[in-house]
This record gives sequence, C-alpha cells and structure tokens, in this order.
Amino acid sequence: MAELTAHGAHPPSAAHATATGISNAKMGMWAFLGSECLLFGALISTYILYRHKAVSGPTPHQLYDIPFTSVSSFVLLMSSLTMVLAVSAIQRGDERRLRVWLATTALLGSVFIAGQIYEFTSFIRRGMTIKTNVTSGAFYVMTGFHGVHVTIGIVMLLSLVNLSVRGKLPQSKAEVVEIAGLYWHFVDIVWIIIFTVVYLIH
Amino acid sequence: MSTPVETEAELEVDEALETRQHHPSDLQYIGIAAVLAVLTATEVGVYYLKANHATIVVLLILMVLKFTMVVAFFMHLRFDSPILRRLFVTGLVLAVVIYSSLLFILGIYHV
Repeated sequence: MAELTAHGAHPPSAAHATATGISNAKMGMWAFLGSECLLFGALISTYILYRHKAVSGPTPHQLYDIPFTSVSSFVLLMSSLTMVLAVSAIQRGDERRLRVWLATTALLGSVFIAGQIYEFTSFIRRGMTIKTNVTSGAFYVMTGFHGVHVTIGIVMLLSLVNLSVRGKLPQSKAEVVEIAGLYWHFVDIVWIIIFTVVYLIH
Repeated sequence: MSTPVETEAELEVDEALETRQHHPSDLQYIGIAAVLAVLTATEVGVYYLKANHATIVVLLILMVLKFTMVVAFFMHLRFDSPILRRLFVTGLVLAVVIYSSLLFILGIYHV
C-alpha cells in the first residue's frame, strides 16, 4: 500500500491507499446501501402482503391524499439535485456554494418530513392508527423507517454544514460529502419505489 | 521495482481517478432532474387513468426509469468503479429475488 503512494499513483487529496483505488469508507457505504435494499425490500414486501388483509377500520388506500404526497415526492426528488450540486461544489473547491446546497438539501428533507408528520397526524385523526389493522401497521412501520432514515440524513447534512462553516471541510475532504450524498440519494430511490408501489398502485 | 500485482493495482487507481473526471456538469444534473420531474408528473397523470394491468406496467416502468437515473447519474454508479456497481446490484438483486419469491409463494401474485 505504502509503495502505491510512493509511486504517486494518486494525489494525497484522494487518500485512497487501497488496492482498488476506492476508499474503505466509500466501499463500506455502498456495501451498507446494498444491505439496506434487503431491509426496505422486507418492509415493502410486508406491506404488499398485508395491503388487502385488513378486517376493520380505514386502510391507507382509503385515506391517501395523492396530490399532497406527489408534492412531497417531488420535494425529495429535488433534494437529490441539490445534494449532487453540493458534491459538485466541493469537488470544485467552492465552499460557499457547498454550504448553500447542503443547507437547501437539509431544508427540502425537513419539508418532506414535515409532510410525513402531517400525513400521519391526518391519518390518525381519521381513525387509522398503527394498531387499527395489519395494513396500517405495515404502512406506518415502512414509511416510519423511511422517515427515520431521512431524519438521520438531515442530521448528517447539518453536521457537514457546521464542519464547513468551521473550515473543517476543505476540498480535500470532498469524499465525505460524496458519501453522505450516496446515503441521501438512497433514501430518495427508496421513496421512488414506495411512492409507486404503495401509493400509486392499488 | 513494481511487481505485476502492483502495476495492476496502479492501473485500477488511475481508472478510478479518470472515471471521476467524467461526472456530468451542473447543467447536466439540472437537465436530469428536469427529466425526473417530468417522469414523476407522468406517473401521477397515469395514476388518474382507469386502473388496469397496462397502467400498472407503465407505472412500474416509470419507477424503474427514475430509480436507474438517480443511481446512474446522481450516485455516479455509471462512472464509478465496477466493484461498487457489483456491491449494490448484488444487494438489489438479492432483495428483488428473495421478496418476489416470497410474495409468489404466499399467493400475492396470481399466474
């Protein structure tokens, strides 16, 4: 490994002293995301399995507000754009734009979470709690898990903004932002599936 | 003196650095996001059509398109090392195969 660096095969900023040229952190994040596919696969499959098994109470399908959820989905989708612009900014060394795009992404993520809280509150008011039936239970667990992932992403983004403000996130650490971005895009692609399979297809 | 193994590793490092330079520009990212927005609007439009097997197929195709675009362009999987692609695709394929099989066995899909 040390010889590799001595050969000057990669700049110090890349800090990829591995046989593949990919940092362990990035490789680890991709492996984690691969395993997350199995987690969300289980949650979505459980919902599909129970979606027509409710014997009482309102089911999610009777309460969905598709225009509202479409706007939420659009907001989360656009947060993926602002995230990738943040990665692009730090790779160019533009720290001011990095902070702007990271903060915008966190804001859009917060809007999505606020929408999810509103949706849950509205469903509970209309009589669908997590205990109402198996369909509602599967729905809340699946969307709740996704919401927790988005919230963790927001905390990550705000921490990056904080680091950048304190001057601890220079261009040489672009990969940290890229890895956080991978996580953020993943929660977006999970929602792409949930929006279609759970909300749009009956 | 470089051993053959080291030379191969060096080539992979160079390849990884080279692929990073092929990422889309900011303007291209905005274009991709615009396409994603149009696809989402189309999905919602299709939802309001009379539900049948055709609309379900169209919705699933649109979903796969959006998923692929985000993974390929925003997550840079199209430009990054094939090792990362294999890592992610392995998890994804495992999930699809395992849970589709389970749902099939439990009688959700009717042939």
